[in-house]
Amino acid sequence: MNLSLLILLPLITAILILFCNGLKQVRTVALAGAVLQLVLTLFLLGAYWKERNGTGHAPMLFESDTVWFDALNIHYHIGVDGISIAMMLLTASVVVAGILVSWTMEKLSKEFFFLLVLLSMGAYGFFISLDLFTLFFFLEVAVIPKFLLIGIWGSGKKEYSAMKLALMLMAGSALVFVGLMGLYNQTHSFNIMEIAQMKIPLEIQKTFFPFAFLGFGIFAALFPFHTWVPDGHASAPTAASMFLAGISMKLGGYGCLRVATFLMPDAAHAYSWIIILLATIAIIYGAFATMMQTDLKYINAYSSVSHCGFVILGIGMLTQTSINGAVLQMVSHGLMTALFFAAIGMVYSRTHTRMVEQLGGLLKVMPFISTIFVIAGLCSLGLPGFSGFVAEMTVFMGSWQNPDGWYRLATILACASIVVTAVYILRAAGKTVMGPLNDTYASLTDASWNEKTAAAILVLGIVLIGVAPFLINDLITPGTDTIMLQLGKAMTQK
Amino acid sequence: MSNYFYIIWIPLIPLISFLVLGIFGRKYIKTVSGPLGTLSLLASTVLSFVTAGQYFFVDGKLNGVYQKITAFKYVWLSFTPNVSIDISIIVDPISVMMLVVVTFVSLMVHLFSLGYMKGEERFATYYAFLSLFTFSMLGLVLAGNLFQVYMFWELVGVSSFLLIGYYFEKPSAVAASKKAFIVTRFADLGFLIGILILAFYSDTLDIQLLIEKLGSAQSAAYTGIATAGFLGISMLTWGLTLVFAGGAGKSAMFPLHIWLPDAMEGPTPVSALIHAATMVVAGVYLVARLFPVFSMDAASLQIVTYVGAFSALLAAVIACTQTDIKRVLAYSTMSQIGYMMFALGVSKQTGEEGLGYMASMFHLFTHAFFKSLLFLGAGAVIHMVHSNEMKDMGGLRKYMPITHISFLIACLAIAGIPPFAGFFSKEEILTAAFHSNKLIYAVALFTAALTSFYMFRLYYSIFWSKETVLHDTHGEGTITMKLPLVILAVCALLVGFVPFSRFITADGAALETHTDLLFSIVPVGLSALAILLATVMYKTANNKPEKIATAMGGLYKAASRKFYMDELYIFITKKIIFPFIGAPIAWIDKNIVDGLMNLLAAITEKISFLIKGVQSGKVQSYALYFFGGVAALAVIFIYLWK
Amino acid sequence: MTGIPLTHILFLSTALFCIGMYGLFTRRNMITMLMSVELMLNSVNINFVAFNKYLYPEKMDGIFFTLFIITIAAAEAAVAIAIIINLYRSHQSIDVEDATELKF
Repeated sequence: MNLSLLILLPLITAILILFCNGLKQVRTVALAGAVLQLVLTLFLLGAYWKERNGTGHAPMLFESDTVWFDALNIHYHIGVDGISIAMMLLTASVVVAGILVSWTMEKLSKEFFFLLVLLSMGAYGFFISLDLFTLFFFLEVAVIPKFLLIGIWGSGKKEYSAMKLALMLMAGSALVFVGLMGLYNQTHSFNIMEIAQMKIPLEIQKTFFPFAFLGFGIFAALFPFHTWVPDGHASAPTAASMFLAGISMKLGGYGCLRVATFLMPDAAHAYSWIIILLATIAIIYGAFATMMQTDLKYINAYSSVSHCGFVILGIGMLTQTSINGAVLQMVSHGLMTALFFAAIGMVYSRTHTRMVEQLGGLLKVMPFISTIFVIAGLCSLGLPGFSGFVAEMTVFMGSWQNPDGWYRLATILACASIVVTAVYILRAAGKTVMGPLNDTYASLTDASWNEKTAAAILVLGIVLIGVAPFLINDLITPGTDTIMLQLGKAMTQK
Repeated sequence: MSNYFYIIWIPLIPLISFLVLGIFGRKYIKTVSGPLGTLSLLASTVLSFVTAGQYFFVDGKLNGVYQKITAFKYVWLSFTPNVSIDISIIVDPISVMMLVVVTFVSLMVHLFSLGYMKGEERFATYYAFLSLFTFSMLGLVLAGNLFQVYMFWELVGVSSFLLIGYYFEKPSAVAASKKAFIVTRFADLGFLIGILILAFYSDTLDIQLLIEKLGSAQSAAYTGIATAGFLGISMLTWGLTLVFAGGAGKSAMFPLHIWLPDAMEGPTPVSALIHAATMVVAGVYLVARLFPVFSMDAASLQIVTYVGAFSALLAAVIACTQTDIKRVLAYSTMSQIGYMMFALGVSKQTGEEGLGYMASMFHLFTHAFFKSLLFLGAGAVIHMVHSNEMKDMGGLRKYMPITHISFLIACLAIAGIPPFAGFFSKEEILTAAFHSNKLIYAVALFTAALTSFYMFRLYYSIFWSKETVLHDTHGEGTITMKLPLVILAVCALLVGFVPFSRFITADGAALETHTDLLFSIVPVGLSALAILLATVMYKTANNKPEKIATAMGGLYKAASRKFYMDELYIFITKKIIFPFIGAPIAWIDKNIVDGLMNLLAAITEKISFLIKGVQSGKVQSYALYFFGGVAALAVIFIYLWK
Repeated sequence: MTGIPLTHILFLSTALFCIGMYGLFTRRNMITMLMSVELMLNSVNINFVAFNKYLYPEKMDGIFFTLFIITIAAAEAAVAIAIIINLYRSHQSIDVEDATELKF
């Protein structure tokens, strides 16, 4: 299967959107493109299974490699493993849902959908890149549209938020770039699989690992560089929030894993205590900060900080189970937060407020929206049957395998966050969907078909992972095998 | 052992019923959703009885010992080659017993709700939630994997949350549902860490393997976990105590009991099912499930014993002072579960000394019948008078004879008067306590007397005492409400005669028990005395209770305020956690962490403001800088650069 | 030509360059400034030709560069005058002080 199709299709969709007139045409084209992309991704999944169960034992499948700029040894090199396919399935689902949720975006609709599709193209490209330069290129493609999406279509102090987000993410990219240059300078290659085979001296790794990890960490809301998350999410339009939490933050986690940890395993071992420290702080601190929020979007944004802490924690613990958990958590959190933001957007578009204390009793007038709100909340607090449980428990089990006493303590603290999560989720749900109904909302309507479809897609993903986690576990395990091999080599070299 | 494979349908039928009712119930099949849910549960119940028959009488035994049979196992999520969450079904005496109890009580509650919940707007949702709960509880009971227990444990927690919050427009119901979930979640944290500890040392999550590895003093895993320690306490004790903490949360043991009385905000049949007969005994069941491991560690069993005994006593004292009939029943539930807990605590794994285990399970079994009967009876009363308060009741025996008789039977059963069901199980517990710990025995005896007292206080306040005139009597309720009462009353009369010790014992082998009449005199006599006292005080309306309450002074007040436990919790959360942890963190985030980022931006802006004057727009000055720069560079490169 | 030493020619080109530079910095009229730039370019041309002649007479590189510069200077003059004309149209002035919009 030709992976370039995955980049080409959004590109064509984006260009077609530019030739459309009016909201109706634009959204039809955008949706068609997104659905096709989802189908294509599912097809890729099928092809991947077939290949894996057959003869494909290489770490990456469907590789294709074209020289792009010979003088600097830059290639256009793509290929996928289970982890990237999981990420792309997440992206494809969130994109379809995001487009459906923005179905009635009247303001500058052409530009809006163009940017959404462009952002998704960046994400697809990022996940299939096996060349550090192309990877970086697509990372940048995914950053810029966010600035415009928030700055133009946002609400509240949107200019401030857009600027903050763009600047912090750009700083992240800059750090990543330094890390990549460090690797390139040592190996004279941008090829991920090639660099993995080389032996990079420990000093070089220790110098450049922090750049790469911190850089991607900023994308993944690593404490203390998470402050773009609440403001950015709160100001963004619904679809952009969904993309931001569901896709962009995953770029960071994926990068931490694929670039920083995979290519510099020795340094990952050396620095793991710092990573775990920051992750644990993020988990606990994010959870407590969430407890004090009163704006639904801030609640979800801070809870994202806490949940993304699990991703970082899983990566930092460096056991296979914990890394599996980190990947699961990325997928799970992406679907769940996208659903949560979609629900918040639906509530907001009807009630015109996101403040918890002004809402109440919505279950009575909008049972569907309230139900998905509660489902997203329950997923977030790790209820079995939803994806959050599977992901968090895998992270906990994996973390506990690390026998160091301090790491155990970090695991216990991370576990403790499930209680705080329950507190803030139930507070939010109790005050918005339950309780007495505010009379001004008595005549509001429930979700429309497009909103229902969007929610259904995301809920389906959440429940599928929650009920049959073995499917996705089998998908990502070969991918983490490769990473563990690398980390194991690092262990034995010491 | 595929001849038990059909058991998988017992939980699956309620699950399917939940999905169907949850998705289509609101719009399409609202009116038939009740009967549909009830019928599907009837199917499960029949299957459960078939299972029980097959297991206990046909092929459960091997060499006179009941076997543990794994009927189904599927690796659901594998962590490492050995450690995985399996979805499995384990068939052994206690799981089969629980299967029968859960499906049967649930069926009764489904049936009762047909009348009780009639006309509710969210009727279908109610039945969907009931089905969800039944599914989760059955999954918990049948679990053969420790993590599977945890999963269904959480699911029963959330079903309980949904059902307590069923009247979602009532702020008190919302608060109660939140409280129940959060308190039990806090306990679950202990459970989770306990699982992590046990799984790490035994390298498995499968309960049978876990018991094999940790249940014998010779195994390497046992040596590992018993010698490793933290803060001077062995990891085995840590692990088991934390697991017990999870159980204590669900089973409303002190100090995690505060959610149970509030949980009475839910519809009364729900209280009968979840907060009396099934979910709250999950903690007891969990300890019993892991009993071979618990029996290896005296320290954690001590904790189980004392927590159980103290909870039993505390709850009984509080129950004497409550005026909300459901709260009285809630505290009585807590007290009875305390009984079951300490019975487990004083037990040993094998032979005669395993009496406590058997007694605990027996009491769990009988308690399920009479306590659900009490709650359903209370439900019928509330349905009649539209109030939970004793002051609105009295003399109801004339209006609702069937409820009256069945309630009386249940009261006698819980008071331990022969030949009602509670007598037999309580006797076994008292015997077990007598033979192992005299202090516990004394506490148990006192609690038993208190139990009789407050139950008859309740009984007289509802059915005797002052005469209440009801204007809009709509009869005792539909046939679907009366039938469960009658069936359960018959059960409360008869289940005591089940030769329980032949079927369910700690080691699977039959145990000979003999009722010692001399031993029974003391507890039965005390109970009878307490009933007499209650009769004197409450049978007719008088001012004796107030006088005694005033005479007791502080103790009465403290007990009626539940010993200020709620206040303490509110103080900790509202006055400590929110203002001293939550608020500072939110402040730090806004001002320090985010402030640093903003400071960085501000500094950049300052600097650029300072140097922006250079960009004057005057071409000639640009040119001057340019030439000056070139000249300077030329000088540097030619003369200074060596 | 052999009688003239290299330094004389360099002196001429330096003088020309400095005159050009002075003109560029002090004149406010853009046309004059353009003429000053041309002077500077021509001083460079003289340098090229002179060095070529005195140091590497067998090569033609300096001459080539001179031709390059002449061509570019012509193109540059055309562009510059176009800019000046446009500026005159919009500002009614070709005084460089009046065109200060392009700043912070």
